[in-house]
Amino acid sequence: MARIGVFVCHCGINIASTVDVKRVAEAAGQSPHVVFATDYKYMCSEPGQQLIRESIVKHNLDGVIVAACSPGMHEKTFRAASASAGLNPYRCEIANIREQCSWVHQNEPERATEKAIEIVQTMIEKVRRDESLHPSRLPITRRALVIGGGVAGMEAALTLANAGYPVVLVEREDRLGGKMARLSGTYLNFEAAPDLIQGRIEAVLNHPNIRVLLRSRVTNLEGYVGNFKVEVSGYKVSGSGGGDLKPETPKPETIEVGAVVVATGWDPYPMDRLPEYGGGEVPDVIDGLTFEEMLREGEIRRPSDGRVPQEVVFVQCAGSRDPERGVSYCSKVCCMYVAKQAMMYRQRVPEGEAYVFYIDIRSAGRGYDEFVQQAMERYDVLYLRGKVSKIFRRGDKVVVWGADTLVGRPVEIEADLVVLATPMLPSREATSLAQILRIQTNEYGFYNEAHPKLRPVESLTAGIYLAGAGQGPKDIPEAVAQAGGAAAKVLQLFAQEAMVQEPTVAYVIEDLCAACGVCVSVCPYGAREIHPVRRVATVNAALCQTCGACVVACPNKASRIHNWEPEQVLAMADVLMG
Amino acid sequence: MRFAYYPGCTIGTTAIEFGLSTDAVCEALGVELVELEDWNCCGASSAHSLDHELSLRLPARNVALAQGTGLDVVTSCPACYQHVLAADLRLREDKAWRREMEEMLGFTYDGQERTRHLLEVLSTPELIEKVRQRTTHPLKGLRVVSYYGCVLVRPPEITGWDDPEHPVRMDLLMEAIGAEVVDWSYKVDCCGASLALSRSDVVITLSTRLAQAAKDAGADVIACACGMCQINLDTRQALEEKVPVLYFTELMGIAFGLPGVEKWLKKHTVDPRPVLRERGILP
Amino acid sequence: MAVAYELDPTFGRVVQGRSGVPILRCYFCQKCTAGCPVAYAMDYKPAQIVRLVQLGQKDAVLSSTAIWLCVGCETCGTRCPNQIRLAPMFDALRYMALEGGYKPEPSVYALHRSFLDSIRLWGRVHELSMLMQYKLRSRDLFSDLMMGIGLILKGKISFLPERIRGVSQVRKLYETGSSEVER
Repeated sequence: MARIGVFVCHCGINIASTVDVKRVAEAAGQSPHVVFATDYKYMCSEPGQQLIRESIVKHNLDGVIVAACSPGMHEKTFRAASASAGLNPYRCEIANIREQCSWVHQNEPERATEKAIEIVQTMIEKVRRDESLHPSRLPITRRALVIGGGVAGMEAALTLANAGYPVVLVEREDRLGGKMARLSGTYLNFEAAPDLIQGRIEAVLNHPNIRVLLRSRVTNLEGYVGNFKVEVSGYKVSGSGGGDLKPETPKPETIEVGAVVVATGWDPYPMDRLPEYGGGEVPDVIDGLTFEEMLREGEIRRPSDGRVPQEVVFVQCAGSRDPERGVSYCSKVCCMYVAKQAMMYRQRVPEGEAYVFYIDIRSAGRGYDEFVQQAMERYDVLYLRGKVSKIFRRGDKVVVWGADTLVGRPVEIEADLVVLATPMLPSREATSLAQILRIQTNEYGFYNEAHPKLRPVESLTAGIYLAGAGQGPKDIPEAVAQAGGAAAKVLQLFAQEAMVQEPTVAYVIEDLCAACGVCVSVCPYGAREIHPVRRVATVNAALCQTCGACVVACPNKASRIHNWEPEQVLAMADVLMG
Repeated sequence: MRFAYYPGCTIGTTAIEFGLSTDAVCEALGVELVELEDWNCCGASSAHSLDHELSLRLPARNVALAQGTGLDVVTSCPACYQHVLAADLRLREDKAWRREMEEMLGFTYDGQERTRHLLEVLSTPELIEKVRQRTTHPLKGLRVVSYYGCVLVRPPEITGWDDPEHPVRMDLLMEAIGAEVVDWSYKVDCCGASLALSRSDVVITLSTRLAQAAKDAGADVIACACGMCQINLDTRQALEEKVPVLYFTELMGIAFGLPGVEKWLKKHTVDPRPVLRERGILP
Repeated sequence: MAVAYELDPTFGRVVQGRSGVPILRCYFCQKCTAGCPVAYAMDYKPAQIVRLVQLGQKDAVLSSTAIWLCVGCETCGTRCPNQIRLAPMFDALRYMALEGGYKPEPSVYALHRSFLDSIRLWGRVHELSMLMQYKLRSRDLFSDLMMGIGLILKGKISFLPERIRGVSQVRKLYETGSSEVER
């Protein structure tokens, strides 16, 4: 006979207003394996936890069941309470009678109570068969890999390197700096972006803790958080000069790292996807990045004939916020950089006119809206609210057909140059890299964060962190801030003495294993492989997420999960089947 | 207490009861008004409608007349008030223009004499106390809404001495004479007076809306501080049962028990005497 | 499809310079229109006038009735989030309309002219003669006749004008260089 204690939580009225908690405790007390059963208003409160601790000692309990909310909420809390009273924490289990009972059966209190009793009964069957388990501890490789040498990647690399850890920075191009190195002045204060980024590049190249691999890609990743093995391959950039920048890897190289920061940034939208705007066809219709390069180099001249344009039209949301023909999202930076470009154009060509077509001005951020207002107020840039319909050539002019929705009239502008603020796309290699790293992307290929509010710099794969525009359109300060956050997460990992490994993961009874490989093919986390020499299936405990797919798939029942043994699950099922 | 006095054109004519009651009330309170010698019209909305320069020059002459008197100028017309202030501001800030005006009008600008509106002057804490003491026939039970109109409180950077959206100085005066001040939401809504003759359709709409709003608020009378507002509301409200519109100075005169009240009240198009009798304020 | 506007951004700058009002700041929230007591009677609403000025639609703006209907009550300017006072802008637009030979709203214009003539003649406004002049100018002889008679009977309109001593000085003030008032 086991000596289990059952603790039924009211959760205020969340459970108790539907489920008769006293009856649930009484019913549990009938079991020969239960030596103590009670109910309490809030088990997670300090007095509630104290009740568990005292009961473990007083009744010499060898198992605890807390009938309460989802284990996602407080399993850790109650296991810690049990452990502090000397009980192995893996013999403390949650019977979920809130999310899976009281909340979903509010109109049937009687049947809900019966269901709660059954849920507790199933957990009695599980707990009496639970083993005492012990977490294992794994060493951490305190070296980080940063993928992408733009402003975000360099920020992450410098933060980690300055904290004293070695960093490998992998960049696909033959230079550092990313897109920022191609920009002119930054918005808000017109500071020269190349100057700003040059300081960072030099800091990275001269840092003793940073190893820079240019013209390189990550081609494979194995292992798990704290202990990754990364394969980095160098390649030739066709026609690239390379200059003095020597570091590169001619042959694939395997590097051991504990964490990865993915900062692969963005790529521009293909102009030929905007045929109604003459994209890719009319030479004097260019995108924002091309205009940035003109501004950076100083001379604003039309691509077609080299004349200084006297009338320039900027078209915002060219391809953005257009789920039908382009992308559905807002690229966030365009309202700001268009205002800046229009102002810089008016500075350089004071006699010229600048027009901006917009559908909304999205200038959230400190000083941002004031900056856009300046374009209208101080630089006389004429803003027209409406989406442009068509852009085409007439003689040596570029005609823009749009509308001013504020007065409800169509407008036509004969321009010399048209600048399209096209969407930011994720780096063209983001999707294939995501597959290598086993991280998720959204429909456009932007990396998914672990939680949109609370875990914005982590991927769902432990040990892989996100920075910059690869996760979604961002401007420079946001990319830098996110990179700093990602680096802090890496430092948090590196600050631990060792990786704590939960023991409730899959294992293999080797005598039963035929090395058929089914478990390898069904495992979504890459945690299973067949040992090449011993010809048995193995489990990489650090990668296993306890999903149970291998257990179900294994024809020989060789794959198991600790404390979710077949005997336990079948005994639980017996309760439900009556 | 002594002021130079710039009455404005309507005071002798369409707003004659405003002028008469102002004289009487100021005398009763010991506020001496010394009329500016040979003042001229400020040009009102017509000057600034057709010629910006003229709209500043005409009131500049009145500013010139006050120089050297050492007296602040009081005016009872909000339009005059706004225009004189605008001219005074330009004399203060635009040196070249000041020289041009000084030459043309033969005066020296010293900028010592401030221009103020009558309501501003009479609603200082000191004078409100005096008003309270002087009130012998409190307007008990008379429900009054205060109507400031437009240019008395706007634009605030020129005329602003009270809140441009929720001014209270007239309310304080009305309370001091024992009236029951009724809150309403139209204190500073424009009556459209400058279109009174040229687009009477517009001002009938606006005046009627204001009069109706006063009635809806439960007011017996509207108190106002502008000759243009008064005649506009008095003659243009298209209501079956009309609301009397009185100058705040008239109501003060009644509360002070001054002689001559009957003479002022007779001038109104909407006769205020029935409602005043009904409330036991007039015999 | 309506005929497309041809844009002329220079017009907005001219009006901004002439009125001293930062018209180019307007982001078209329409708070001015929402609060304007006479907007309902205007052909273009106040915010639309600002927008048309920005777009350089000079003819539409200068021939609109809106610029003559603004009563200068300053409600818009007091509440504008961008410190745009529309009243001085409307003043400037009226001057530009007159200079450019655009036809003003006849009755409004007639009244202003009669009013200014009266001041030039007497130094102050003399209502009766000013009204007679206005009636002749506007060819609207009979409206408000009963009201006028009522006011005369109440002694609110004087028959005889008073001329101020400094009238010659006032007349000198009229020499502003504007053809409009010297005419």
